[in-house]
Amino acid sequence: MIIFKNVSKRYADGYVALNNIDLNIDAGEMIFLTGHSGAGKSTLLKLIAAIERPSSGTITISGQNIAQLKLSAIPYLRRQIGFIFQDHKLLFDRNVFNNVSLPLQISNFDNKTRSSRVRAALDKVGLLKKEKTMPIALSGGEQQRLCIARAIVHRPNILIADEPTGNLDVAYAREIMSMFTSFNQVGVTVMISTHDGSLLEDTQHRILVLNQGKLAA
Amino acid sequence: MIRTWITQHAFVLLHTLKSLFSTPMTSLLSIIVMGIAMSLPTGIYIVMKNVQSAAGQAIDLPQMSLFLKYDLTPQDLANIRKRLEEDPNIVSFQYVSKEAALYQLQQSSGWTDITIHLSRNPLPDTFILHTQASSSESLEQLRHAMQKWPEIEHVQFDSVWIERLHELLKLGRFMILMLAIFLSIAIIAIMFNTIRLQILTQQNEIEISKLIGATDSFIRRPFLYFGTLQGFLSGVAALMIIAFFIEKLNEELVGLTRVYHIDFHLQHLSVDDSLSLLIFSACLGWSGARISVASHLWQIEPR
Ligand SMILES: Nc1ncnc2c1ncn2[C@@H]1O[C@H](COP(=O)(O)OP(=O)(O)OP(=O)(O)O)[C@@H](O)[C@H]1O
Ligand SMILES: [Mg+2]
Repeated sequence: MIIFKNVSKRYADGYVALNNIDLNIDAGEMIFLTGHSGAGKSTLLKLIAAIERPSSGTITISGQNIAQLKLSAIPYLRRQIGFIFQDHKLLFDRNVFNNVSLPLQISNFDNKTRSSRVRAALDKVGLLKKEKTMPIALSGGEQQRLCIARAIVHRPNILIADEPTGNLDVAYAREIMSMFTSFNQVGVTVMISTHDGSLLEDTQHRILVLNQGKLAA
Repeated sequence: MIRTWITQHAFVLLHTLKSLFSTPMTSLLSIIVMGIAMSLPTGIYIVMKNVQSAAGQAIDLPQMSLFLKYDLTPQDLANIRKRLEEDPNIVSFQYVSKEAALYQLQQSSGWTDITIHLSRNPLPDTFILHTQASSSESLEQLRHAMQKWPEIEHVQFDSVWIERLHELLKLGRFMILMLAIFLSIAIIAIMFNTIRLQILTQQNEIEISKLIGATDSFIRRPFLYFGTLQGFLSGVAALMIIAFFIEKLNEELVGLTRVYHIDFHLQHLSVDDSLSLLIFSACLGWSGARISVASHLWQIEPR
């Protein structure tokens, strides 16, 4: 479903963050991406959502070449993806409900569908009681779950999570991991980056290791 | 689908109104500034239009005087009368003999002393005509034709001032155009800056919306609504300023017209003109917002 062929990413300052990546992810797969800080995990994930563009190589998603996507087509690609950003990217000037509602507003859902879907998403991450709270008043773990709710509310078929358990204690982290597993069980392709080795110990899912921009075998 | 579209736009409109009222002082001030800018050329336009229509009534029947040669026979006079009657351009004419002209001159104050000392009547026989010619070109043509008649010494316009007025009005129209162009640019610039400030304060929201799949038109929409609405409201402000101005001016004119025994008061902007002004000002607001959004969205585009 997601195919990388000879993909390299050189940033504007000349730094090569990804070097000749070949990668094949099946539809409905759950996959982990790990590696040291600065290895290029975030860069790889951003390439999938066309947040960054590759310097060379091709990225194909459902048969569509992302590298050659027109600017005007990018929004529609992103709507197929739920992205949980490493730096959260929450809007602190609006409450929990309106944060989660944003992807639906963007896709022109009507009011009624919007509120029912937002409540369903908030229910899944256990934030239903906090829908009127402002993000600033949420704990770290709650903010993390808010990000997840916003990423799944429009029912994407690809879910990308960049360090979703970054600064959470082990119990919280496991809870969130089991959430991802349940999304995967209903057919969503899930991709999670983490440098938290403890999460990977007992997983049966594929683990990709990035080292200095290269995929280790 | 259509209903979704309508509710979306209604939502954005509501949101725009809310953001307009969330900073009432700023919004009001920009609307007043833009309204004043717009009322300047429009105000001059409406005054000029009034002057023009007043002048138009006068120019309806431009006057000419035909001064005849001295030694004309009654037959010559009859010939002229006949030709004038046959000319379709001439609406009416009136013969003033030299005796009648001298009498008139003596009646008017100041000239009596001079005319008494004259040994003979220096004034020519005259025909005073009203023509139908409307433009100064066709008047000129008529004059040229009549100048060639053998019995005629000289043809004179009595309406040179109308020509001058026409030239002045032409100049006025040009000045209105220039003023309108520059003030339109100023309004677009004001709108550009207003939207720029809004984009800066909402930069985070715009960036995040784009990251999760917002199209450019979705991002643009609220700003375009804002620009259009503010432009429209400035048009309303301009209409109010002009209406007030005309009312006040008419009050002043009452005294003036009483002294001169003429009936002249300014007409208000017509419905067509008012609608044009509103549409035009809304377009100006939209343009300023559009230019601003285009240049600033490009700046914060994630690349
Ligand atoms: N916009 C950028 N411009 C230049 N260099 C960048 C940019 N973004 C990332 N890099 C560099 O690319 C390398 C990979 O960055 P990336 O964010 O992908 O790492 P990461 O594996 O996600 O690290 P972390 O675990 O700390 O999040 C880093 O060395 C970083 O400095
Ligand atoms: Mg990272």
